[in-house]
Amino acid sequence: MTGDPLLSINNITKAYPGVVANSDVSFQIQPGEVHALLGENGAGKSTLVKMIYGLVRPDSGSMTFRGEAYAPPEPRVARSTGVAMVFQHFSLFEALNVAENIALGMENPPPQRDLAKRIREVSEAYGLPLDPDRLVGDLSAGERQRVEIIRCLLQDPKLLIMDEPTSVLTPQEVEILFHTLRKLAAEGTSILYISHKLEEIRALCDEATILRLGKVVGNCTPRDTSAAEMAELMVGKSLATPARDNAELGEVILKVAGLSVEPSNPFGTPLRHVGIELRAGEVLGIGGVAGNGQDELLAALSGEVTTPPGTITLNKTPIGDKGPNERREMGILCAPEERLGHAAAPDMSLVENALLTARQRKNLADSGFVNWGATRAYAEKVIADFDVRTPGPDNVARSLSGGNLQKFVIGREILQDPTVLVVNQPTWGVDASAAADIRQAILDLAQKGAGVIVISQDLDELLEVSDNFAALNEGRLSNVRTTRDLTMETIGLMLGGAHDMHDLDEEAIHAEA
Amino acid sequence: MMGIDPITLIVALITVSTPVLLAAIGELVVEKTGVLNLGVEGMMITGAVMGFVVAVNTGSPTLGFLAGMASGMALSLIFGVLTQLLLSNQVATGLALTLFGLGLSALLGVGYPGSTPPVVSDPFPAAMAEIPVIGPILFGHSLVIYLSVLLVAAVWYVLGYTKMGLIIRAVGENHDAAHALGYKVIRIRLMAIMFGGACAGLGGAFLSIVRVQNWVDGMTAGAGWIALALVVFASWKPWRALLGAYLFGGVTALQLRLQAAGIDIPVEILAMSPYVITIVVLVIMSSDKSRTALNAPAALGKVFHATG
Repeated sequence: MTGDPLLSINNITKAYPGVVANSDVSFQIQPGEVHALLGENGAGKSTLVKMIYGLVRPDSGSMTFRGEAYAPPEPRVARSTGVAMVFQHFSLFEALNVAENIALGMENPPPQRDLAKRIREVSEAYGLPLDPDRLVGDLSAGERQRVEIIRCLLQDPKLLIMDEPTSVLTPQEVEILFHTLRKLAAEGTSILYISHKLEEIRALCDEATILRLGKVVGNCTPRDTSAAEMAELMVGKSLATPARDNAELGEVILKVAGLSVEPSNPFGTPLRHVGIELRAGEVLGIGGVAGNGQDELLAALSGEVTTPPGTITLNKTPIGDKGPNERREMGILCAPEERLGHAAAPDMSLVENALLTARQRKNLADSGFVNWGATRAYAEKVIADFDVRTPGPDNVARSLSGGNLQKFVIGREILQDPTVLVVNQPTWGVDASAAADIRQAILDLAQKGAGVIVISQDLDELLEVSDNFAALNEGRLSNVRTTRDLTMETIGLMLGGAHDMHDLDEEAIHAEA
Repeated sequence: MMGIDPITLIVALITVSTPVLLAAIGELVVEKTGVLNLGVEGMMITGAVMGFVVAVNTGSPTLGFLAGMASGMALSLIFGVLTQLLLSNQVATGLALTLFGLGLSALLGVGYPGSTPPVVSDPFPAAMAEIPVIGPILFGHSLVIYLSVLLVAAVWYVLGYTKMGLIIRAVGENHDAAHALGYKVIRIRLMAIMFGGACAGLGGAFLSIVRVQNWVDGMTAGAGWIALALVVFASWKPWRALLGAYLFGGVTALQLRLQAAGIDIPVEILAMSPYVITIVVLVIMSSDKSRTALNAPAALGKVFHATG
């Protein structure tokens, strides 16, 4: 493509204390182009787009937008220039309705009634159905993203920035999104698409800029480049795919029957008659879009929420009424999704965090006194075995990067030799090489005869590690299917999630049954 | 019952309720932006003493009210700077503000107990207040009382129907998202905190200048805490705060009359009844946890730290 670029980034550098987020970054976006910004977590993608959107100011370097110098001091200026952004973690307000949320992102919102009408028009024009009067707290993740996209579209942007937009979507929702984005690009809107999912970038993007550790390490045309080549540029080395020998599944060790749980907060999802049979040596993947009952399921399995005794049985012992400590003693260990504050206490050292869940099974406390020597040794073993990058076990959990803390949390549970391990989002926000290590560790654990339940929104991950797959949709668990002959389409139907796909979903499940 | 006149009771309850109502409506706005200021009691009593001192010395109740508002605002600004700019803990800072206000007011008020404040003239002519039944109820009050009801209406309208109200609610709901959209979270919160301080100060000044017409050490007697409870009772809805304040005022006014009528119940039990009833109503109203949680600002009391 020739002609003047819409946006050009020239030698941008931004440093934070102790880390250079962007170093001498340059690239250009043409009008109507879908440009991918590819990189690992921590490669500096988010910082870069925050500078384009005016949330952060560069230390040095310059930007030009449509040939003119562009240095937005705040998002307001960026929006009025024609730059709109859909955030990775949605910037929405749950207790407000769709129209109010959209009005908040506009410079001069029309009165609510006109706005509702325009929302309906735009949402229909781009195939993104949305009711302006609904509370955002009641919407699915896919619908929430539509709110963000429509909020941007109402501003007629020249450049739309999408930060990891597909991480919370079902495959069908991804298709709808791509359709919308292609339509926008065809109308002349440029799109800056940030992701680390290579296949998506190959399917959607015209050009790609690859970042590693804050530097541009390559440019490519994704359609002509293989995923493996891009991955190597992104990570800096080639990655091994986790694997294990085909395992024989043993006896049923964990049985969940008729499990119903009320959510602990008003926007939570109640669990309805969930049934699970987990065998020794099995990895059961539970997929689903966030907010369909994953947190409630983990809480019920870990014992944070107790249920009637018979609803959960471990080796034929009813344990539904037992709390987390008793379950740990019996061998059910959990690694929840939220690392800081749920899986680990942010301001406590790794030694103390090791004690918190390993006390019973590793005999780290005797008659009420902590055996700090043994605790420290255990923390050091976790750090060594799982390659946790930290100066030492006395560092507080908060000081570790997401991937390293996740390795520590998972390692802390796995090294206790659990009978059943339940993990929620084991590799969320973790870079590719650490994610591969964590998946391999999960497979190794199953190989040794433990049962593992992996709850995740990352379908590729579930297909990679699990023997069997079930989908969680609005608190109900689908039938369990073996992973081998699953296609993305079937999974998508199992996941449901988008409300306009409900009929399809029901039909598919009935047809299968 | 023993000569309690319902009309004078209603007139009294409106007067008794107004300080609490003013403080509550101010705190409601503060909490809607996600800030929990537990210093209402301290701001109220500082407003009471400053309002009284200025009114006595200048002979102008209007200047007294303005002084009450200004001192409440000044005190709230201390809270605002500490919690919003220096990121201190809101609960601890609010409690400290109450203790500080109680001490400061005792110091400022030395020598003033027993002074007589200027008489506050009513906005409506006396003839209107003599209309049977509705006269005293509707036209027999000082201007601040009408102002307090207007304020409730204004807060209700602004929060529910204007862009400013939408921004206030958004900031209290999710400050990170509001920041990402480019709203000045800290500035909005500081302004709300100052509004809350001015309301509490005005409530205090009304208490000393109009209702009691005297300065007594510690005279707010927990009214600031009642105001805080009322905000929860009202599920952060302005008209329900008015209802709650009048309910509390009604019980207070009634128990005073029962005491005067010499009813055979210990005075202490009568005196504590408004507080007991407030607690009971609060428990009943809050028993539906999910509904209260739905109305509560989600970012209430959380420290906001802008990360680029």
